[in-house]
Amino acid sequence: MNLRDIVKILDAKVLVGEDRLDTVVKTAFSADLMSDVLAFAKPGSLIITGLTIHQVVRTASILDAVGLLIVRGKIPGRETLELARELDIPVLSTRYILFETSGRLYAHGIVGCVEKIEKFNCRQ
Amino acid sequence: MDWAYQSSFSIEGGNFENAGKASIEIKKILKNLKISDEILRRTAIVVYESELNIISYADQGVINLSVTGDKILISVDDVGPGIEDIELAMQEGYSTATDRIREMGFGAGMGLLNIKNCSDELQIFSEVNKGTHLSIIINRMERES
Ligand SMILES: Nc1ncnc2c1ncn2[C@@H]1O[C@H](COP(=O)(O)OP(=O)(O)OP(=O)(O)O)[C@@H](O)[C@H]1O
Ligand SMILES: [Mg+2]
Repeated sequence: MNLRDIVKILDAKVLVGEDRLDTVVKTAFSADLMSDVLAFAKPGSLIITGLTIHQVVRTASILDAVGLLIVRGKIPGRETLELARELDIPVLSTRYILFETSGRLYAHGIVGCVEKIEKFNCRQ
Repeated sequence: MDWAYQSSFSIEGGNFENAGKASIEIKKILKNLKISDEILRRTAIVVYESELNIISYADQGVINLSVTGDKILISVDDVGPGIEDIELAMQEGYSTATDRIREMGFGAGMGLLNIKNCSDELQIFSEVNKGTHLSIIINRMERES
C-alpha cells in the first residue's frame, strides 16, 4: 500500500507531496496528542491526526514519519503546509473521522506501528 | 578530549512559533555526521522534548550538543522557574502545561519520561526560581534493551 492507494481509499486530498505518492505505508499511529505520538510512534509510520498546527509537521519530521493524514476534513493553514513542503513531509486530508479513517486503512492491511503499550520504551 | 562535533543552540522561552526548529536543525547536522538511524532518532526525540520544555516553561535556554566517536552528549540549561519536585515531574501524566501548550497537542506529562527512555544516562538538576539542567548521554554503540 502506498500513499496513492490511501488517497483512493479515503477520498483524500493531497495537500503536500504530489510527487511522493509512491511512498510505501505499512504502519500508522492515530492520535490528537502529540506527546503520545512522540512517545509511542515508530519510524516510517503514517501519523493520522485531527490537529493542524505547524507543530504536527515538526513532530512528524523528528519521528521520520512517512506522512501526515489529517482527518475530519480539516485543512492546515498555509504556514503549516509551507513547513511540510520545506521538511518534505507529505500531507493528505480526508473528510472521514479518525475512527473511520483508521478502520478503513486497517481493513486494507495497514496496522498500528505498535499494538499495545506494554512498557513505555522508545527503543525498537 | 577531541570532539567530532560540538555546538550550542539557544532557545527562547515562550516562542511557540519556533518550537522544534532547533531540533530539526540538530537532526540534520547529526544525519550529516553519519549517525545511525536509531541513535539519530533517539537523539532527535530527546532534543525535541527538551526544546519544547524550554519553550513551554522557561525564560530562555541553551542546548549543547557534543558528538564523540562513541557518545552523544546533550546538556540542556535553562533560566526559568525550575522544577520543585523532580520525581513528581518525571511521573507519567504529571503536567503543569498551559492551554497554549495543550492546543499544540502537548502537555500530557510524557516528555521527561520519554527523554529518560531514549537516553542511556540522564541527570536532572533544578533550582526553583533559577532554572533546570539536564545532562544526557546517548551511546552510539547500539545495545540490546
Ligand atoms: N525546563 C523546565 N522548567 C520548568 N519546569 C519544567 C521544565 N521541564 C519540565 N517541567 C515541569 O515538569 C512537568 C513535566 O514535564 P514533561 O516534559 O514530562 O511533560 P509536559 O511538558 O507537561 O508534557 P509533554 O512533554 O508530554 O508534552 C511540566 O509540566 C512542568 O511542570
Ligand atoms: Mg514536555
